[in-house]
Amino acid sequence: MPGRRSQAGRAPTCSNQAGPTTMPVNAANDDPDKARRFRDAALPCLDDVYTLARYLLRDANDAEDAVQECFLRALKHFDSYRGPAMKPWLLAILRNVCHAEYARRASAPTATIEDVAETAEQTPLWSETPDTPETELLRGADASTIRRLVNALAEPFKETFVLREIQNLSYREIAGVAEVPVGTVMSRLARARAMLRSAWLAEQEPPK
Amino acid sequence: MTCEEAEILLHALIDGELDAGHAREVEAHIATCPACAAQLAAYRQMSRQIADADLRFTAPAGLRLRIEAALPQPRAQAPSRRAVLRGFAMGSAASAIAATGLVAIVLRSDDEARIKSEIVSAHLRSLQAGHLTDVLSTDQHTVKPWFNGKLDVAPPVIDLTAQGFTLIGGRLDYVDARAVGAIVYRRRLHVINLFVTQTASTEPRAAKTETFQGFNIRSWSEGGLNYWAVSDLAADELAEFSDKFESAAKSSAAG
Repeated sequence: MPGRRSQAGRAPTCSNQAGPTTMPVNAANDDPDKARRFRDAALPCLDDVYTLARYLLRDANDAEDAVQECFLRALKHFDSYRGPAMKPWLLAILRNVCHAEYARRASAPTATIEDVAETAEQTPLWSETPDTPETELLRGADASTIRRLVNALAEPFKETFVLREIQNLSYREIAGVAEVPVGTVMSRLARARAMLRSAWLAEQEPPK
Repeated sequence: MTCEEAEILLHALIDGELDAGHAREVEAHIATCPACAAQLAAYRQMSRQIADADLRFTAPAGLRLRIEAALPQPRAQAPSRRAVLRGFAMGSAASAIAATGLVAIVLRSDDEARIKSEIVSAHLRSLQAGHLTDVLSTDQHTVKPWFNGKLDVAPPVIDLTAQGFTLIGGRLDYVDARAVGAIVYRRRLHVINLFVTQTASTEPRAAKTETFQGFNIRSWSEGGLNYWAVSDLAADELAEFSDKFESAAKSSAAG
């Protein structure tokens, strides 16, 4: 198995590229060898998974719990893992964990994130930045400001935006993680960038 | 293409997700539409700023430890022979060993190549006027004691005049940052430098001839000493020299 050899010889990196690590089918869940292979393949993606969790859940403690749950689920399903690449696979699992968390929060008496998202998706794109001059350039902002602006995006847009701009996933991979057609990824990304840009421009306007 | 279509597709253009045909269509629209061209520039700029800002988070060390701890651990007791073998058959242990071997081989041949090159350099230096010998004598009983106190080894100095290799003297030289003894012989107009150093291994090593920069190097080990004979002599004559030197060294040691 040449794939196995090159995988083992390289320093562990979390790859976006396709090419699943080959896995024997019958490894038991408590198989230390399987745990080691899982560790080698999945742990390099820990920061990526944690980053998405921070954006989706906003709260650092919730993010930690979600990431831990994500890795446990991933280990459980590691035997049947045949692809995609490790990183989008883990991110898809994390996304499901986060949606379970949304459902839990939704039972609390606050407006649900999904409700906001639905109405935002129906707003026409071009109404978003009508009064800002198109040539106006964004001034540089520090990471914490941009993070705050990204976090303010409505849910499906934020998710698409983070997967594209921060996780560097391709449209096809994003479509796989978010379980939507590629066309939806494209329109969500366009909307996400339009909203972020107008929020960014509003941020740098002097207060009136 | 309408502006509404372009407004979506220019993002795919920025992200390099369009095939050549669609990319041409979007570019054609943008070439004729200043508003969309301005949008494209603005979003390109934003993507660059986002790429430049580090928006990622780093997982806390505690989270990593908790996940590691949650994974099945290798069994506490000593692994069975079968488990060890399986470990070797699979993945990293085997490749780690292979990698170590590779490093060792690379280092060794690197080392040998470096020493060879230093030996040839030393040989070349010795051929410059006035550098060939520190002690000029055809008498082995003059050359051998000369090395005393100058080296940590006593190189065997053997007169091979009768065998066609004239001893002309000895010299102190430096190879691999160490002082080495050089015994100088002459065959007709050819100079042979025989370099002698100590070796940690007492294992005798059979002579072999290599060529480096057009010089023949014949090297062997015997009695805890490494020998390198360097010359522009033909390989067969250099082999004859080392054979005669070795047999004479053995008979003198025995005698």
